[in-house]
Amino acid sequence: MHRIAHAISALPDNPALSARIVVNGVIGICDPLGGLYLPDLDILVVSDLHLEKGSAFARRGMMLPPYDTLATLRILDAVISRHNPKTVISLGDNFHDRVGSALMPEQFRSMIETMARGREWVWINGNHDPDGATALPGASMDELTHSGLIFRHEPALNATAGEIAGHLHPSATVRRREKYMRRACFATDGRRLIMPAFGVTTGGLDLRHQAMRGLFDHQTLVAHMLGRDRIYSVRFANLLG
Amino acid sequence: MNQIDSIPRAKTQILLPPPFLRWFANKGWQPRAHQLELLSRVQGGESMLLIAPTGAGKTLAGFLPSLVSLTERGKIPPGSAFTGIHTLYISPLKALAVDIERNLMKPVGDMGLPVRIENRTGDTPAAKRQRQKLNPPDILLTTPEQVALLLANGEAERFFKDLKYVVLDELHSLVTSKRGHLLSLGLARLRQLAPTMQAIGLSATVADPMDLQRWLAAQREGEDNHAGLITVTGGARPEISIMRTDERVPWAGHSAAYAIGDIYKAIGETRTTLLFVNTRSQAERVFQELWTINDDNLPIALHHGSLDVGQRRKVEAAMSENKLRAVVATSTLDLGIDWGDVDMVIHVGAPKGASRLAQRIGRANHRMDEPSRAILVPANRFEVMECQAALDANYIGAQDTPPVGKGALDVLAQHVLGMACAAPFDPLSLYTEITSAAPYAYLSWETFERIVDFVATGGYALRAYERYAKIRKTPEGFWRVSNPLIAQQYRLNVGTIIESPMLNVRMVKHNARGSLGRGGMALGKVEEYFIEMLSPGDTFLFSGKVLRFEGIRESECLVSQGYKLDPKVPSYNGGKFPLSTYLAQQVRKMLADPSRHATLPEQVRDWLSLQKDLSMLPKEDELLIETFPRGSRHYMVIYAFEGRLAHQTLGMLLTRRLDRAGLKPLGFVATDYSLAIWALEDLGEAFTSGRPRLADLFDEDMLGDDLEAWLNESFLLKRTFRNCAVIAGLIDQRHPGKEKSGRQVTVSADLIYDVLRSHEPDHILLKATRNDASTGLLEIERLGDMLSRIKGHITHRPLDRISPLAVPVMLEIGKEAVNGDAQDFLLAEAADELFADVTATASP
Repeated sequence: MHRIAHAISALPDNPALSARIVVNGVIGICDPLGGLYLPDLDILVVSDLHLEKGSAFARRGMMLPPYDTLATLRILDAVISRHNPKTVISLGDNFHDRVGSALMPEQFRSMIETMARGREWVWINGNHDPDGATALPGASMDELTHSGLIFRHEPALNATAGEIAGHLHPSATVRRREKYMRRACFATDGRRLIMPAFGVTTGGLDLRHQAMRGLFDHQTLVAHMLGRDRIYSVRFANLLG
Repeated sequence: MNQIDSIPRAKTQILLPPPFLRWFANKGWQPRAHQLELLSRVQGGESMLLIAPTGAGKTLAGFLPSLVSLTERGKIPPGSAFTGIHTLYISPLKALAVDIERNLMKPVGDMGLPVRIENRTGDTPAAKRQRQKLNPPDILLTTPEQVALLLANGEAERFFKDLKYVVLDELHSLVTSKRGHLLSLGLARLRQLAPTMQAIGLSATVADPMDLQRWLAAQREGEDNHAGLITVTGGARPEISIMRTDERVPWAGHSAAYAIGDIYKAIGETRTTLLFVNTRSQAERVFQELWTINDDNLPIALHHGSLDVGQRRKVEAAMSENKLRAVVATSTLDLGIDWGDVDMVIHVGAPKGASRLAQRIGRANHRMDEPSRAILVPANRFEVMECQAALDANYIGAQDTPPVGKGALDVLAQHVLGMACAAPFDPLSLYTEITSAAPYAYLSWETFERIVDFVATGGYALRAYERYAKIRKTPEGFWRVSNPLIAQQYRLNVGTIIESPMLNVRMVKHNARGSLGRGGMALGKVEEYFIEMLSPGDTFLFSGKVLRFEGIRESECLVSQGYKLDPKVPSYNGGKFPLSTYLAQQVRKMLADPSRHATLPEQVRDWLSLQKDLSMLPKEDELLIETFPRGSRHYMVIYAFEGRLAHQTLGMLLTRRLDRAGLKPLGFVATDYSLAIWALEDLGEAFTSGRPRLADLFDEDMLGDDLEAWLNESFLLKRTFRNCAVIAGLIDQRHPGKEKSGRQVTVSADLIYDVLRSHEPDHILLKATRNDASTGLLEIERLGDMLSRIKGHITHRPLDRISPLAVPVMLEIGKEAVNGDAQDFLLAEAADELFADVTATASP
């Protein structure tokens, strides 16, 4: 079963097997649906939603299904219901392009409004949507510092400990009995965390790709891979790339 | 047999203008009967299909009507009004179009005919293509993709208005694929632009010529329109044998490594040998093994579709100059390129189809009146029977080419956009035109409308993209493209050949500082997914060399010389043919009839007689199912002989049913001949006591709900969807401005599939995907035929241990690929074992 079907059918009653991590002293729960919950701060973090990607392509002549926004929002709704956080932070590339949030159909806008009711909502700006979100609840900003953590879209090369970023869509590959399995993952060495892409039509970039170079201490790096209903945690040394 | 009989002089003179008669006389040749018959019937106004073996003068026959007509017309005086092309020649291979130009120029030059011949392929420079549009040649030699491009152009009407003949070469290989579907639609359009145009199809022998005859003619409801048929029989009977060996023929596997010594000996005894194998990885392996024992340094070369073009051309040139003793090749050489004198064909592995074998053997000796020589080398014991069956079939001239089939909907979508690029179209006349193409005669108006809607806005129930529509309806009811960029996008993505993403393989050296140098030799291309599985330092076999993987730089895979002797072999996915239905039936017959076992080698005979003693040999129409325990598991082996693909589908469906019956199936593996399923519960006991009854287990209704349920989760369907989405133009392989990005498809088709399936399961593209998968990958029709055939003929043999016949499939266990849900299972297993200590590390 893929992530969309699972989010629709199994939640929120079915508890999933998540992984507990610590980034710069702050505890986090990696949810297999792709969100990070920080229980002590009551914050849920998601990244790279790439909403309205289908219509962004349609504008350029590729008529991708117009259902990606709905599918992504349903999973978001599921993960928000599961953790019921006080604050939601969306780490950038929230929309696939600059005009995405302005042109988004009313139906999806009201879904977000419903989800945001009674919560704080932060839109971190990404490279796809640097101008912030239009006519949606919450605040848009380039980055946010909170309790020893820095939330930004693109990981900074010389960042201090506690950076939580997205942008790279990390994925990891495991070999088992001569078979290869590749999944999106949370990647963290305890100092920094890079979030998996949350949008349903976003692909992945392998942790061993050169774009990831210099970001992690490979000795302590662990990939928390998104399985069907649980997280599979794999040390970097045991990954394939 | 051979129709090179004499022709009344008078008739020859009537048909052929003087330059032709002189040319034949000078050569000391006679025009062949079929050449003249074709000429006269075409002159009489018929479209024609010529079926002839290689070496029968097929090409000249196909062009004779054009050359005669052009000779009679004479040169067009300078300053005349624009004249479009006279003859269009279409071949499946670029190389063939180039080859034909050379072969045709010679007689045309000798006779001094006033005929201009040019080719046009993807490699033709833009300037020349432009010139061809302004000043078309008389005869244009080209490929199906170029025809689609020419037709999608605003100038198409002018360019094709004078078209008299379309010559379609190697038609048998074209019509069964999506390229053939696209071409059939192009042909329908050509008939509109030039209503008097006649089609001339050239083909090797096929199972059902009428399929091709209809394909060549415009179809209309209630009419039986088809091209005329000329069949040239005969040619000398091929001398085919099965490799006799003193070595032990293995139970399973495909490498035929046991026979390398014998193959090498045969090459040594022959002047030029063509060695056919079924897959590229097999080609690499056989090539390497031959060189390992090549003590005499015989010039033996390698040729397959992944190798660098430059290298392939070198091999072809060396071959035509008779400098090589042997070439190890895959199907890239199946088609009729003429490359010198081949004295013998060695076929490694079973041919999988009688017609395929006949066509490959035809490559030995291009002269029709001399016998071809061929040796078959079975890779395992079942293949020994298969080879024997194919050999018998070749002698009686059996044919098992696949039927033409229904035209694919993704191809239709591409064509509809192309037609809009040419000129605004009226939907009703385009529908009439499209259904005149035989593969699309079945198409309903409703489906056509859905396709047009798909092209315009994606065809989604949620009408979200009206304002971005690619084609729009004018007030007069015509559909036209919204902007010129759409046409550019169409041109970049035309065609039906979808390659999986490939990386160039380049040889590099370590420099003095130990880092990698730049710019070594390009060796060819290899699938991206294969490279992704390698870690630096891994070795693999490619281009006949053991290579060490160094890394990826931009879109190139860097390698250095490897020195290990046991490389990983590229697991190319191309070129695995399933056993043809016809050959499967022959193998069943042979198995059931002990009197035919005498022709088989002793070790195979012993194997079968042991099977008879310990279990049984199934009758021709009987389905034998053996059950036996082994280790802690219980196995069932099903001898269905329907080919690997149909068996895989059957395996999926049966495991679902066994699971429901509480028998706890754990997995299955399929070969071309049989299917093995293993479970925790005692299958033999369950079947004996009728829980479930085998008749119920194998009931045809498994192709209903079970199939539906499984299809929805199937990885196979995703792969098919990707191809459909690209061909239909939903996903661009190349986007304007990004033509050279190397990594083709710009979005992940798998993810798109998941989104579409969960939100609009009835979408037209999902329908197209299903149609494709059920005929191609899943062979559902074939499975259905089998289930109805074996009804009431199922025999269960409970055994206390493995039978001789079961050994081959049991040896395949563990080699099969795992996809979809099973991946999660393996991940869990890996996770539990590899990183039990992770939690401790992550929480200091």
